[in-house]
Amino acid sequence: MSGRVSLFVTCIVDQLFPEIGLSMAAVLERLGYKVDFPERQTCCGQPAFNNGYWAEARAVARYFLDTFEGCETIVAPSGSCTAMVVNHFAELFRKEPATLARVEALRRRVWEFSAFLTECAGVEDVGARFPGVVTFHDGCHALRELGIRGGPRRLLAHVRGLELRELEPAGECCGFGGTFAIKFDELSRDMAAAKVDAIVRTGADAVVSLDPSCLMQIRGALARAGAPVRALHLAEVLASA
Amino acid sequence: MSLEFDRKIHAALTNRKQQLAIFSATGKMKEGREAATAASVLPDYQELRTQANALKKHTIDHLDFYLEEFERNVEAAGGKVIWAKDATEVADFVLSLARERDARLIVKSKSMTSEEVDLNERLEHHGLEAVETDLGEYIIQLAGERPFHIVGPALHKDRYDVADIFEKRLGIGRETVIENQAAIARARLRQKFLAADIGMSGANFLVADSGAVVIVENEGNARLATTAPRIHVTVAGIEKVIPRAQDLAVFLKLLARSATGQAFSVYTSFLNGPRRPGEIDGPEEFYVVLLDNGRTRLLPDRGKRQSLYCIRCGACLNTCPVYRRIGGHSYPWVYAGPIGAILTPQFLGTAHEPALPFASSLCGACAEVCPVKIDIPRILLELRSEVRKSEAREKRGALRTRAEKLAFRAFAWMATHPRVYALAAPIGVALMPGWLRERFGLSEPPARTFRQLWSRR
Repeated sequence: MSGRVSLFVTCIVDQLFPEIGLSMAAVLERLGYKVDFPERQTCCGQPAFNNGYWAEARAVARYFLDTFEGCETIVAPSGSCTAMVVNHFAELFRKEPATLARVEALRRRVWEFSAFLTECAGVEDVGARFPGVVTFHDGCHALRELGIRGGPRRLLAHVRGLELRELEPAGECCGFGGTFAIKFDELSRDMAAAKVDAIVRTGADAVVSLDPSCLMQIRGALARAGAPVRALHLAEVLASA
Repeated sequence: MSLEFDRKIHAALTNRKQQLAIFSATGKMKEGREAATAASVLPDYQELRTQANALKKHTIDHLDFYLEEFERNVEAAGGKVIWAKDATEVADFVLSLARERDARLIVKSKSMTSEEVDLNERLEHHGLEAVETDLGEYIIQLAGERPFHIVGPALHKDRYDVADIFEKRLGIGRETVIENQAAIARARLRQKFLAADIGMSGANFLVADSGAVVIVENEGNARLATTAPRIHVTVAGIEKVIPRAQDLAVFLKLLARSATGQAFSVYTSFLNGPRRPGEIDGPEEFYVVLLDNGRTRLLPDRGKRQSLYCIRCGACLNTCPVYRRIGGHSYPWVYAGPIGAILTPQFLGTAHEPALPFASSLCGACAEVCPVKIDIPRILLELRSEVRKSEAREKRGALRTRAEKLAFRAFAWMATHPRVYALAAPIGVALMPGWLRERFGLSEPPARTFRQLWSRR
């Protein structure tokens, strides 16, 4: 496989979870892609957008367009940040036809990591090995805004030594929701605790997700519950060999 | 966030008994919906949703046309249409009608619209007796509460709660067997049906091309309330109109399935004007009050106007991780759950409870189950933006709100100046307070950012 891929690592991964970004790059390079990192990149603007500060979100979104417009293919380790660019940029610029046209031209080239592998690269077996029992947490935006469901499960099913067990209930929010987790702390913690209960019930050694923000929320709740379960990004599992 | 909203959420989260009641009741309805809309049972479910959305969109886009057609057809059938701007106008009409007809007792079937205008309280204030006849509504009326859920108004009460309420309010011995409780309510209500002067109902649909009021229910009380008394008054929101009777083929297939998982509700009544000569039952007088109460305020906005598509099935409540935890009484108005979170700020203004549109993780589960495809998360986002705009306009807001605004300005500035971002963001991470680290399981900030590690490769 060949081709060039530009990473949009997201601000969370850049600042808090660099290992996720490195794992993603490693998987892509192993598949033969030439990977670059546009250094000007910062954030997609979702925090401001979700909090109702649309002027601020627009400034950041415009900056994102400036940064990535020249890239052929952009891959991000987050369903939520990808959904921001793919679905919500258009809302921000609905009264600016010229910018809207730029959004339209770019959004088709922005991929969530697992969707890039299964839908764009057409790969389901990346040659990874990860011994253990794993459960998968669907991030809400990957699942419901981007329609990503089967892809990550197929990728995990091809990992050697890995046994995948479904969460019950599946597809329920972990309660992160950005500043929701801070503003409605008690409520958000209650949602996270239910998610941890579901994870523990599967008997898995690790919970895997496409979104670093869900992983943050789940890691905190796992620690509070004293549950010996690791919370990993899909890229980290796929990078292990 | 108002102190009251915060306090109610906390109270609900710490009420284990109520949590269990909500989880079990909404869980049953949720599972029912999933089973009744599964591809093997209803293969054209998604197509029906698309059609329902298109029908609602068309109707709301031409609301004036269909409401006037509905009015003409109600009058052709011998009924009368009353246009009410708000709660006062509804109450004024019912009160003057009651006075003219010397009516004392009103039986009511379940109606969220009448909750919206506090009709019972207003009527009782003027010496009329208004009795709810849906079992759940009857229970919460006796308890002096508001509906907890659009479809299951008393789902937070278990049989022991009901025993307490009946004992205290009906002056009877303690009865904890559900069947016996239902029999008690039935016997009491039967007397009320027979003695009532006026029967009041809401409407699930108003059919423009025939002037019919369509009501779906399971208990038969709506059929009795609308046919036994000599006067029937429907109070319905103007958005309930649909163009043609044949459109019900779409809506009726979705409504009960989305609400409780039933293929069809037990009773579907078509009420078309008063009793005609030769007919043996039905009311002598037939009125339909068309209520605005803030609905027309939604019409100018093409995006948010879809909030009026709602058919009050309650599916969004049953699937919502927030509603299922905080319950119906934490919400600041009669409509709870995701649909309440978008209707309340639009009907009453965002200032009524500015935190309401923010009380969501934007998980999107509501939009996924909505039978008329209302994009609730998107409307929540728009309402959040409106809250900020009105804060800015009125220079309103606590210190905390202003600090937040400044923080987001700083964020936007940083995120558009890469050098500043590369320097300042790690400092922010290093200064992260301990409670925040604990909250998100971040024991130590990473020694290097991704960009630092990448540049060293």
